Amino acid sequence: MISCRQAVDQLWEYLDRTVGGAELEHLEEHLARCRRCCAELEFAEELRGVLRGSASEDVPPDVMERLNATLEELEER
Amino acid sequence: MAKTIPSADTNEFQRLAREQLPRLYAIARRLVGDDAEEAVQDCLLKAFERFDQLDDRLAGPAWLARILVNCCHDRGRRKARRPREVELDEGADFSLYRKIALEDPFPYSDSLHLDFLGEFGAEDVRQVLLRLPEHHRAPLVLVHMFGYATGEVADMLDAPQGTVLARLHRGRKQFERQLWEYAEETGLIEGRNR
Repeated sequence: MISCRQAVDQLWEYLDRTVGGAELEHLEEHLARCRRCCAELEFAEELRGVLRGSASEDVPPDVMERLNATLEELEER
Repeated sequence: MAKTIPSADTNEFQRLAREQLPRLYAIARRLVGDDAEEAVQDCLLKAFERFDQLDDRLAGPAWLARILVNCCHDRGRRKARRPREVELDEGADFSLYRKIALEDPFPYSDSLHLDFLGEFGAEDVRQVLLRLPEHHRAPLVLVHMFGYATGEVADMLDAPQGTVLARLHRGRKQFERQLWEYAEETGLIEGRNR
């Protein structure tokens, strides 16, 4: 069986479904027996959620005004 | 000399650009921080000049994002390395999960790890990302925040997909370490249940 360190090292790739073949088999075998690594897997999912949830941002009105002005200039070319 | 494009194309370019502005700005803020507005301006000018090269108009949003990523890269290259950027090897063996369990910043919490993550607002996450070296930050932002596939990101960054995957792996580890350091430095984990 692979070590916890090896398993933890692959958790994000596992969530990305980029682990395959024997590596996937070994990782899933480890996860089936290791409660701590399962908890790390759940945490990795939460962490990815934090990244996804931090993607949007309002464009400040003055910035939007200047960007729109650039587009208007291009339209007039 | 400025290039003239047909008016129908101009209208289509305008529609695409205006629709994508919020997304382009959000991506740029996470790639180049305070230079985001300039990077988006660069992107609009380049995209306008090249709009006749866009064969598949449905691919317009991804095409614009690719141009933006290049503009951000050019801006990053022109600037000196940011002092807060972490060293390349830093974070390789770091596990945020274990660090939180070991340090136990919220001793009275029964959901310690979630409470830690709950301290981070969107602006905190953006500040943490800006601490990473650009070549590790960009794949992390594009894949995990904006949902691009690693193959698309490889095209955007003009790098082999294997390189993007390796940078993602390193970037995630560095991101975990920097979340902890940021929380310590900014006091996010001080004064809670202590």
